[in-house]
Parts: sequence; C-alpha cells; structure tokens
Amino acid sequence: MNGQSEPLRMSVRNLWKVYGPAAGLDVAERLAGKSKAEVQDELKSVVALRDASFDVSSGETFVVMGLSGSGKSTLVRCLIQLIEPTMGQIFVDGEDVLAYTEEERIEFRRHKTGMVFQYFGLLPHRTVLDNAAWGLEVQGLPESERRARAMEVLEMVGLSGWENYRPSSLSGGMQQRVGLARALASDPEILLLDEPFSALDPLIRRDMQNELLVLQERMRKTIIFITHDLAEAIRVGNRIAIMRDGAIVQIGTPEQIMSNPADEYVADFTRDVRRATVITVGYLMEHPTTRVREDDSPDDAVRAMEAAGADAVFICTGEGRYVGEVTLEEAKQSLRRGDGAIRAPVDRRFAPIQRQQSIEEALANAWDHHGRLPVVDESGLLVGEVERDALIQAAFEAESTEAASV
Amino acid sequence: MAVATPPTQAGRPQGPPSAPPRKGFQLNRWQRVALPIGGFVVAILVAAGIWGSEMEFPADVGGPIADWVNDTIRTITRNFSFIFDTIADVVLRFLLWLEAIFLWIPWPVMVGGIGYVAWRMVSWRMALFSMLALVAVGFAGLWPSAMETTALIVVAVVISIAVAIPLGILAARSNTVDAILRPFLDGMQTMPSFVYLVPAIMLFGIGNVPAIFATVIYAVPPAIRLTSLGIRQVTPQVVEAAQSFGTTRRQLLLKVQLPMAIPSIMAGVNQTTMMALAMVVVGALVGAGGLGEDVLRALQRFQPGEALLGGLAIVVLAIIVDRVTQAWAKERQEALRTDAH
Repeated sequence: MNGQSEPLRMSVRNLWKVYGPAAGLDVAERLAGKSKAEVQDELKSVVALRDASFDVSSGETFVVMGLSGSGKSTLVRCLIQLIEPTMGQIFVDGEDVLAYTEEERIEFRRHKTGMVFQYFGLLPHRTVLDNAAWGLEVQGLPESERRARAMEVLEMVGLSGWENYRPSSLSGGMQQRVGLARALASDPEILLLDEPFSALDPLIRRDMQNELLVLQERMRKTIIFITHDLAEAIRVGNRIAIMRDGAIVQIGTPEQIMSNPADEYVADFTRDVRRATVITVGYLMEHPTTRVREDDSPDDAVRAMEAAGADAVFICTGEGRYVGEVTLEEAKQSLRRGDGAIRAPVDRRFAPIQRQQSIEEALANAWDHHGRLPVVDESGLLVGEVERDALIQAAFEAESTEAASV
Repeated sequence: MAVATPPTQAGRPQGPPSAPPRKGFQLNRWQRVALPIGGFVVAILVAAGIWGSEMEFPADVGGPIADWVNDTIRTITRNFSFIFDTIADVVLRFLLWLEAIFLWIPWPVMVGGIGYVAWRMVSWRMALFSMLALVAVGFAGLWPSAMETTALIVVAVVISIAVAIPLGILAARSNTVDAILRPFLDGMQTMPSFVYLVPAIMLFGIGNVPAIFATVIYAVPPAIRLTSLGIRQVTPQVVEAAQSFGTTRRQLLLKVQLPMAIPSIMAGVNQTTMMALAMVVVGALVGAGGLGEDVLRALQRFQPGEALLGGLAIVVLAIIVDRVTQAWAKERQEALRTDAH
C-alpha cells in the first residue's frame, strides 16, 4: 500500500529497447517524438521499450500491465538482462546492474532474483524435485542440501508428494507451482513473475492468485508482476504501471488507476473491472469530525457534539485507537448519572471499517448501520469516517458507469 | 485441347482486386512453354554454326589440381606417417579387442543377449526375429564374419560419435561454424564413397583401418547434423528459464541442451550406423574383413549364392540395429514430452 515508507529496491531510469538499425546510442533523441508506426516506416526499427522509468520499493508488488506487444515482457527481461536494453539504467539496491560483468550478472541472477514464466519453462527430463532445485544446483549447492531446500519450497506451494514425478504428468496449475517453487528456492529478494497465471484456467488462476497473496503476506518479497489482465493486476498489485506501445502511460495504485485513468486507453481497461471491488474505503473517507478520548468527561462529549452539531461521537484511547462511539442521548444520561469519564457508556455497537477494505467489503458489515462509520488503519487507529450512504452511492455509481459502458 | 478459360471468380469472397487484363500480346499456356523452347533451340543452332559442335574449353586445370592433391597427400603421408601410424595402431587394437570379445562369447549367449535387448527395447516379435535371423546367419557359416563386421561397425560408430558430438555442439552454438560446416557435410555425404578409399589406403595402408576411416567420413554427417539440430530445437522458453537462474554457458549445455537433444542425437546414431553398414562391402575393397569380404570374394568368383547369403546377413544386422536404436530414441523422446497427458 505505502510504497514510500519502505526502502527503495529497484529503480529503472529511461529504459529503451530498440530492434533494428535505429538502435544506436542517440536513440532517445532520434525516437522521442516519433510514434511506433513512424519509427517502423522511417527507420525500419521496432521500439519495444520507450523511455520507461519507475521505482519499486522493498516488499512491494509492482504490476506491469499491458496488451501483448506493449513491451511488458521485454521490460521484465531487461531487468535481469535476458534481453539487453538499448539504453537506460537499472539500479537494484543502489547497484547499476547494467554495468555488471558476465560473472556478476550470473551471481545477480542466482541470488537476487527468481523468475516465473508464462509457459513454465520447466526441464522435461528432470523430476519436479530437481526442477525446484534448479537454481540451487547451478549455484553449486551439494545435492542433499539443495534437495532438502527444494522439498521445503515444494511443500510451501502445496506439492508435497509430487517431487518424484516429471513435469509432464502434472496439470498446468501444478507445473506453475513448480515454477514458483523453483523461483523461491534460492530465497531471492526479488521475484519476477512474467504472466505467471495467464496460461491457466480461470478458476485455477484465481486459486494461484490467492496463494500468491498468502505467500507474499508471509515472505514480503519485492515482486514485479507482469499481466495483461487488469482485474488480476488489481488483485495482486500494490501499484500498477500500464504500458502501451513500449511506454508506461500511467503508474498508480489500483484505486488511482480505476478512479483517474490517465487516458482513454487506460479507461478502456478499467471498464472491465468492477469498481466496488477495487476502490477502498480509504479513498472515500473524510477526516473524523469529532472524537473524544475515553477518559474525557461526559460533559466534554456533550459539548463536543453540540459544537459540531453531531448526534454521536467516536471515542478513542489516548493513542488514538478506536474503542467505540456514544450518542448525544447516552452522553447526556451519563452526565446525569454523574459518571467520571465517558468510558462507562461506551457503546461498541459497530466493528470499525478497515481503511484498505473495498467498498463492497465494507458495505457487507455496514449495511444496517446508519450515519457515520468509523474507519481505522491496520493498527486500529481511527483515521477517518465515512457515511454509509456515501458507500452505497459509490458502489451504485460504480455499477452504473459499468452498465453505461457495456 | 484446353483453351484457356478465365479463372472462375465465383465463390471467392472479396479477395484482392484481380489484375487488370493485360493489353497487347496474349499468350496461352502452350505458347508460353513452346516459345522459349523454340528460342533456345534456335540459339543452340546458331551457336553451333559459329563455334562448331565440339568446342574446347580455353584451359584445362583438372590435371594440375589433381596433381596438387596427389602431392599434398603424398607429402602428408611421408611427413606425418607417425601420426597416422599411431592412429591406425590404436584403432586396430580397439577393433581386434572388440572382435576377440565378440567371438569369445559363445554364440547362444550372444543371440540370447541380443534377443533380450530387442525384447526390452522393441517387442517380443522383434526379439524372436532377431534370434532366428542370427541363428540362421550362424548356420550359414557366417558367424565369425558377422561378428567381425559388427566390431567394425561399432568402432566406426564410436569414432563418428566422438567426432560428431563436439562438432554438432559447435555448429549449434555458432551460425558461422554451421555455415562453414554445412557444405562439407553435404559434400561428404554425396561424394561417392569410393573416392575416400585411395587417400585412406595412402594414409593407413591396406586393411580394416582405412575402411573404418572411409566409413567414418561417409557416416558422420547425419550425426553432426542431428546433434546440432537437437541442441538448436530445445525450446527457447526452457533455455531462457534456465538462464534466468544464473546458469553458465557450460551448465546450460551439459544440464539442459545436451540432455534435451538426446533423442535427436540418438536418431543421428541410428542413421550413422545404417550408413556404416552400407559401407561394409565398399570397405572390403581396401581390405576390411567380415561379411563385406565374403560378399566381395563371392562377386569375384561368380558365386551368386554366397554373395546373397552374405548380403542377407548384412541386412539382418541392419534391421536389428535400426529397430533397436530407433526404439531407444523414441523412448527418450517420450521421456522429454513437456505437455500433460
């Protein structure tokens, strides 16, 4: 969610990949103003990657999305130089990886990154176990050690018991689990996933996405995830870069992409995705109007509500943690009873909405609650409030724009 | 006679607009063939009238080139005979040792062993055929010759593979090497095999070794080609995936490309073996023993019966070797299938 607070892992600057005679050093100057078709006609060259720049934070899932031919696969291959970029810079943990010697590059691929491929790329003559151990084998780890580690990762991806089979006897989904296990085996900091689930059936794809999310929750890897499916991008990604004709046209969180598509091309994608499942409460919420601390007196609470013209107020701990809410009526009763602090009549009538929940998820528990709803962050601090009707309205708007665009 | 009818346009959905009808000369199909032929005939007649019918080439360089080759080979033979003697010695020892082992094994064990392999690799039918056919070869009095021929073939094939795999790897990895090698391989395969016999004798003397030398030159091209092909056809996805984990070129070759090329290499071994068998009789011309010698002697003495028996024995060996190596290659191929069943 918060790409800024984590340390920077990868930084890509003005990356170009050009095939053909125009692939010279002054490529940026010569091609900058020209469209793909112009370059093709005038220079007999193909621009696969046009001036791509982005940063990826540690632990972030950065999705690169685009149609086929948009350059996303070229981009991910450039990151570990399976394809040599024509121009530009790539820094990983502050090191300029394009300046690596052949040996350094091999070390980098062995230890820093692990890659998963759309068509699996498993070795057909080896067992599942030896496929999973591939990365460790090329590192030169002794057999017993690498097999033990491979067993571990195979178990992690749910393939225990399959280690002695050949890839050909596994289904597509299971083969891709082997691919994932192989990428995880050397415990790399960066995972490069090149359309990892695109060759799978939709149901299997969903399972694999969920599994990736669960694994990622545990591992906190830096993930570069390539896909052509915006729904998938939104499910797995913290941030999404949308590519077209080799250039990145927009980078943003799923919500930013959904609510502010940079152009018609991006907007086209967003029409196929249900907004209510994407836009989070955090996007709709407002600052909490009134709040009192749990050790404030009932008198304070009544005065706060009267000042704000509200008929209820949120109650927080001293650190700002949400504990409940009290209505004007209840506060007045408490005042009459002579309670020392508002703590006593605290009414925990509503479990707060999480900031990162989608509108749809939030509405599921908020449906029969009227008025303002408290919104908390991951650690339970009250960060905002949202009207139930605003949620309903946002969900309804989302549905109707979808209906209108069909 | 087919008068040119316009091609029917019906049923062709909006194809590219057909060419506009040409103006001026309109030739039909017969005229288009007849006119150029007539033109050539006229040109030939005119040329023959001018230069005469047995026109000489202005120079003859065939003689000098042949002389140069003769001298070169003679020089090589004279100055480097120690190298060729050493090679001949090693090959001959290997051959004699192998032959001795084959002849030392009692024939029922040999027949049973080959039958077992045929059964495991191919089928019980093939096993039965192999055993019956080998026993028949033995009853025809050709067992020692057949074993000698087998030893010759094994040595030739082993040498061929030892040469073919490194060359195949080089050809797979470098387009330049491939482009240089290709015409040589074409030439080696198409050149009448008798041509190799003379230099073979000059380098290695008379006997089994020059026959093996000639056989290797004739039989090695398919093994090289199929090794190269096998490596080149490893899917780029697999190579890329392997590389993404930091393989060195060497690891890629030994752990990915060669293992995955094995079915293709096996097909190469099969073809090499078959071509080596085809050289058995030719090899006898320079003194190779075995079934080839039997056939050749029968030819020289006008004994069609003996020639036929020897020939059939070669066919028996060929069939057994072919079926077994093919089954082996196929089995490896099955093991490499990537798609799920």
